[in-house]
Amino acid sequence: MDILLVLKKGYFYIRAEYPIAVEHIQKALEVCYNLGLCGRNILGTNFNFDIELKKGAGAFVCGEETALIASIEGKRGMPKPRPPFPAEKGLYGSPTCVNNVETFVNIPIIINEGAENFAKLGTEKSGGTKIFSLAGKTKNTGLVEVPLGIPLAKIVYDIGGGALNGRKIKGVQTGGPSGGCIPVEFFNTPVDYETFAELGSIMGSGGMIVIDDTVCIVELARYFTEFVQKESCGKCVPCRIGTKRMLEILEKITKAKAEVEDLTTLEMLGNYIKETSLCGLGQTAPNPVLTTIKYFRDEYIAHIVDKICPAAVCKELIEYYIEPTKCVGCTVCLKNCPVEAIEGKTKQTHKINILKCIKCGICFTLCKYKAITVKQATIYATENKN
Amino acid sequence: MEEKLKEIIDVIRINKLSYLEILQLLQEKFNFVPMDYLNKICEMLEIPKSKIYGILTFYSQFSTNERGKYLIRICDGTACHVKGATKLIEMLKRNYHLEDGKTTQDKKFTLQVVACLGGCFLAPVCMINSHYHGSLDENKLKNILESLK
Ligand SMILES: Cc1cc2nc3c(=O)[nH]c(=O)nc-3n(C[C@H](O)[C@H](O)[C@H](O)COP(=O)(O)O)c2cc1C
Ligand code: SF4
Ligand code: SF4
Ligand code: FES
Repeated sequence: MDILLVLKKGYFYIRAEYPIAVEHIQKALEVCYNLGLCGRNILGTNFNFDIELKKGAGAFVCGEETALIASIEGKRGMPKPRPPFPAEKGLYGSPTCVNNVETFVNIPIIINEGAENFAKLGTEKSGGTKIFSLAGKTKNTGLVEVPLGIPLAKIVYDIGGGALNGRKIKGVQTGGPSGGCIPVEFFNTPVDYETFAELGSIMGSGGMIVIDDTVCIVELARYFTEFVQKESCGKCVPCRIGTKRMLEILEKITKAKAEVEDLTTLEMLGNYIKETSLCGLGQTAPNPVLTTIKYFRDEYIAHIVDKICPAAVCKELIEYYIEPTKCVGCTVCLKNCPVEAIEGKTKQTHKINILKCIKCGICFTLCKYKAITVKQATIYATENKN
Repeated sequence: MEEKLKEIIDVIRINKLSYLEILQLLQEKFNFVPMDYLNKICEMLEIPKSKIYGILTFYSQFSTNERGKYLIRICDGTACHVKGATKLIEMLKRNYHLEDGKTTQDKKFTLQVVACLGGCFLAPVCMINSHYHGSLDENKLKNILESLK
């Protein structure tokens, strides 16, 4: 047996919120130890390699390599400036390789099949295959492994089966909160690291969330910003305070209180945060906002100028309304409204009291006669008319 | 308490647990981190309280409040968010007066909002104690909670 690298110890660092992954790796480790594939004297050689499983404790930033190392050492998961890179000085001061399990899994394939054979799949620069977690608004969802370089459309429409309930797909959010939203116009571009970077997104660990026209892009950007803002470790100002300021502006937009200039401020803040944050969390935190302003600017403008939420999600901009011609007075909405905002008698047209309505949307989903519709909030609708 | 404490201290010593692992051990044993135990452990093992408190407050998994019989972990990760997790959370707030991190007065339910439970293809997802529930809507979740004694 040839030994390429003399390593002493390996760790799996798995989020505590993934108990099934933890269980599977625990079982796999047991099997490997029993077969003598790890531990002491592997396969009868004098090579020893122990593997330990460490569970996270609920901190997104611990995916960042230096924070991950601090967390394995049992400390707060605060990123550190690099250099020194983990490969020089990492866990407990020793040279450390931090990679995704999927990356390591490719190594035996490359060694066994040969680098050339491995590179036959994929593109020139992005070789091999990649596993994506396809989720969101497609018919089929789940883990999919594809050769790199295939068009995004193939994943969304062929594997994913296209849109749910006849809706219209708007785009795909890749790379989670550090990634960006790629609109349908670019669905024919190949899925590889370089193209994603050009589009302002990242591949990350392979999340692919398909978004249709019932998802409000501005609300989604607000959601991601709220997430990174909460998860910022707080070490550096641009990330800690900058994301907060971005969040405030996004909240203003979803509440129809923003102005067009706010978009410029968002872009400016986003670019500063990207350039001046210490770690990958801050450096990528503005991606969802920046890509959506770039590709879905009209949705931002609709909120800011026209005071309309095209996906009918932002509560301050919408109102539920019962179409008198369609309502048969079945009383289902009235019985299910949590705040008794609906008035009406059996077999007579019902009416929503907009002062009481909390816009929970229950009546909208329950009405079998599609009598309940969403329209622009009256205050803004009249404002537009004047 | 004395006996349990001794047991815990032994586990910590034998396994040379890090500060983070001490907290994880307590959380696993009690479902929350009891401050009386933690303070005693710090004293007996000469651990600076500030150090361990820093770690305790950094990681969102830890709670210093006693939890209800059922811990409801609602996923508000991206996949679940676009599939209506907000509506589920609103329902829990409305019907059970729950808030993220809060427990109902009868100590039956505790709510924790988390980002991704690894079941994105079944979104929206929640975990009640160690059980997964997928493809939820408000009624389905309500029925599940009502079936719990
Ligand atoms: C905030 C943040 C979170 C991250 N989360 C993860 C993660 O959950 N899984 C992962 O494999 N890498 C994550 N990373 C990337 C890792 O730090 C590291 O770059 C990666 O594992 C490198 O290995 P790879 O080249 O094999 O992907 C994260 C990075 C940052 C900045
Ligand atoms: S960029 Fe954000 S998460 Fe990273 S070190 Fe700075 S404050 Fe912490
Ligand atoms: S949206 Fe909710 S609160 Fe408003 S009328 Fe319908 S059920 Fe009642
Ligand atoms: S986003 Fe909810 S399980 Fe992944």
